[in-house]
Amino acid sequence: MFSNLMAWIEQRLPLMDAMNKHAAQYPAPKNFNFWYVFGILASVVLVNQLLTGVWLTMNYEPSGDGAFASVEYIMRDVDYGWLLRYMHSTGASAFFVVVYMHMFRGMMYGSYQKPRELLWLFGMLIFLVLMAEAFMGYLLPWGNMSYWGAQVIISIFGAIPVIGDDLTLWIRGDYVISGATLNRFFALHVIALPLVLVVLVFLHILALHEVGSNNPDGTNIKKPKGSVPPEEQSKFTFHEQYTKKYDIVDAIPFHPYYTVKDLVAVVIFLIIFCGVMFFAPEGGGYFIEAPNFEPANGLKTPEHIAPVWYFGPFYTILRIIPDKLLGAVGMFGAIIALFMLPWFDRGTVKSLRYRCTAHTVNLIQFAICFIILGVLGTLPANPLNNMIGTIASFGYFGFFVAIWIYSKNEKTKPVPERVTG
Amino acid sequence: MSNAPVNNGRRRFLTAATSVVGGVGVVGVAVPFIGSWNPSARAKAAGAPVEVNVSKIESGQLIRAEWRGKPVYVVRRSEELLASLSAHDSQLKDPQSEVPQQPVYATNAYRSIKPEFLVALGVCTHLGCAPTYRKGDFEQEVEGVTDGFFCPCHGSKFDMAGRVFQSVPAPTNLMVPEHSFPTEDTLLIGVAGGEA
Amino acid sequence: MKKIILAVLAVLPMLAIAAGPSMDLDKANNDLRDKASLKRGFEAYINNCLACHELKYQRYNRTFADLGISDADGLANYMYTGEKVGDHITNTMPAKEAAKWFGSTPPDLTLEARFRSPDYIYTYLRSFYVDESRPFGVNNKVFPDVGMPHVLQNLQGVRTIDEHGNLSEATGGSMTAEEYDEFARDLTNFLEYTGEPNKLERESMGYWVIGFLFILLFFSYLLKKEYWRDVH
Repeated sequence: MFSNLMAWIEQRLPLMDAMNKHAAQYPAPKNFNFWYVFGILASVVLVNQLLTGVWLTMNYEPSGDGAFASVEYIMRDVDYGWLLRYMHSTGASAFFVVVYMHMFRGMMYGSYQKPRELLWLFGMLIFLVLMAEAFMGYLLPWGNMSYWGAQVIISIFGAIPVIGDDLTLWIRGDYVISGATLNRFFALHVIALPLVLVVLVFLHILALHEVGSNNPDGTNIKKPKGSVPPEEQSKFTFHEQYTKKYDIVDAIPFHPYYTVKDLVAVVIFLIIFCGVMFFAPEGGGYFIEAPNFEPANGLKTPEHIAPVWYFGPFYTILRIIPDKLLGAVGMFGAIIALFMLPWFDRGTVKSLRYRCTAHTVNLIQFAICFIILGVLGTLPANPLNNMIGTIASFGYFGFFVAIWIYSKNEKTKPVPERVTG
Repeated sequence: MSNAPVNNGRRRFLTAATSVVGGVGVVGVAVPFIGSWNPSARAKAAGAPVEVNVSKIESGQLIRAEWRGKPVYVVRRSEELLASLSAHDSQLKDPQSEVPQQPVYATNAYRSIKPEFLVALGVCTHLGCAPTYRKGDFEQEVEGVTDGFFCPCHGSKFDMAGRVFQSVPAPTNLMVPEHSFPTEDTLLIGVAGGEA
Repeated sequence: MKKIILAVLAVLPMLAIAAGPSMDLDKANNDLRDKASLKRGFEAYINNCLACHELKYQRYNRTFADLGISDADGLANYMYTGEKVGDHITNTMPAKEAAKWFGSTPPDLTLEARFRSPDYIYTYLRSFYVDESRPFGVNNKVFPDVGMPHVLQNLQGVRTIDEHGNLSEATGGSMTAEEYDEFARDLTNFLEYTGEPNKLERESMGYWVIGFLFILLFFSYLLKKEYWRDVH
């Protein structure tokens, strides 16, 4: 009876086949390391954000008069409302932690290189939408930091020549940030952008499974059909979509091997996540900022206004450039440079394990500059901070220039045919 | 592949154990999501017991109080009316109030704590309309009964103890909410005596 | 890889120092578990602060329940203006008039301990001094040009400031300095409570959840080990 039903469905919509193709018979390189868990963690956080977000919407009131009080209503009057709210606010920061790690993994092992450029572009689009999503969500508690943070970011669009001022007015829908702005941000935050995000994540995974996963050695686990003697091929059964054209080496089925491994990673992540959420939900003032416990007040700017930490790097680049338009160009340029990374890198060797020393140094300096820029973004502007920020910005953009130069005729180490360890 | 034979028993056990513990976790995660649908502190505060001063209600007069967003009818019944209530028992669906549409302390012939005061939700047990109080002209609806409630939506009829008549759509008597009289003149709707 | 992580870890503490606090505040050392202190703080708040500063996100009955006060006792001892126990803790001061009297509307203090910090509140309450140039004749060390009078002056007494910014007592109040500190600590404690009434519940739930996750970790780790014996 049940098997008949399953067969009936399978003939019309091959669900089991899709499950096999993407999980039970998907060939994943067997040498994934620590850095490869962040993709799964990002999807765990995404699910958390979607669920808690829907539940918060049930009690949130998107209006200038009611928003702040409704958040306190959720925190006090709704059963477990405080938990749902902290899950969502901690999740927002966790999202960026895991996404930044995930992106850095891609940079270290050349996962953006041919043939994975489109995969990288989808990933970058996710990052962009995620930033928009976070920015709009940040306005919703209607605290004073929400208000002035949005004020500053929206003003960036005023830097665009000719249309800038009209554009900011149009975005706000009022002469200042007001209930009108709040309402449109609410609609985008809870409906439009999550839809886009989910579609992009779907495409990201589809594109990944089309080209196959990279690995820390940057080797190819799909060898030309007939080039590998049977005893050296992977002993596991893979979906015929992969085995039809290739001999698969050094791979294991995603399920059960990576599902059980990722489960361990997810649990460890949840322990850290819950540690923050239950014992320090403000994240030391970085996840929920103290000035946001005061309602939005258009007449009083918080003493020290800073964006949330995850916007820090881009905000610092904006701030150190002493020209409004150029600052905005610099900020967007920093994101566009990341988009273009597959074309800045002209090398053919993927993993930093087998690339020149300059590449390792370049990556490390990039990571350090990114973190410095991030921290500076949360600190007040002063001459010293601006000087450090300028140096770090040079480091950030210098990464792309340098990789373009040395990747042309790079002295690389021999890449092994097969994965190591 | 491993040289050591695969220990399927151990695999099955660990898979089952992890699934069970994980399942407990999923149930745990569901708790806040389900729990948050309970009435909030605001709803509970808005649904708090309502006080009514009954000293000014004249004999035969009905006043409406609002409790949890619903109308509560409070009627002062005269001696004659109380005496006449048992006369039409045979025309009622549930003359002895066997269906628990009232607190235990109001399960009596008058469906009330103090016989003179009827306290009932003005919500027809058929589809939730508010029945009209027909004082003196109820005989058009039920012969021999002078006062009662008539629901304008589908014609359900109730007597002055909120008991439903036969051959009308409403299935049960009008609901008598928890209530008490903390003092001689005050009626507290929403809480039984001794609780507040 | 390890090098990168190490480098990152080396930079972080440096930055943490750069982000450190700038104001010198006294430690409140209040204890949210001390219900007697919370009750004293609640009473002090009702009697001294509520006339101007509302706690409009906090309900009376929630406060009673959390502080171990029955609704009937609460109604008799803490509520003076005929509200219901389910009401928010508010006052009847008209906001517009208040802005005229004080220069600005006295802020709601429900979230003050989260907006500032408990230490700030504790220090603030103990940092008033005589300053005849101000409309109410007092100023505050941690809140320069404060717009409110020293409501607790008859308790604390009058204090003056010297050229180094040190405060000293000019006239004693009805409390000794230690008593007044204790009073300020109770009030601080109560305001930390109203800032997040669920804080204790949150932390105790945290221990259970994390304890559970370690059990799950134990089983899932063994499961992973078991399956990965296949992989060579």
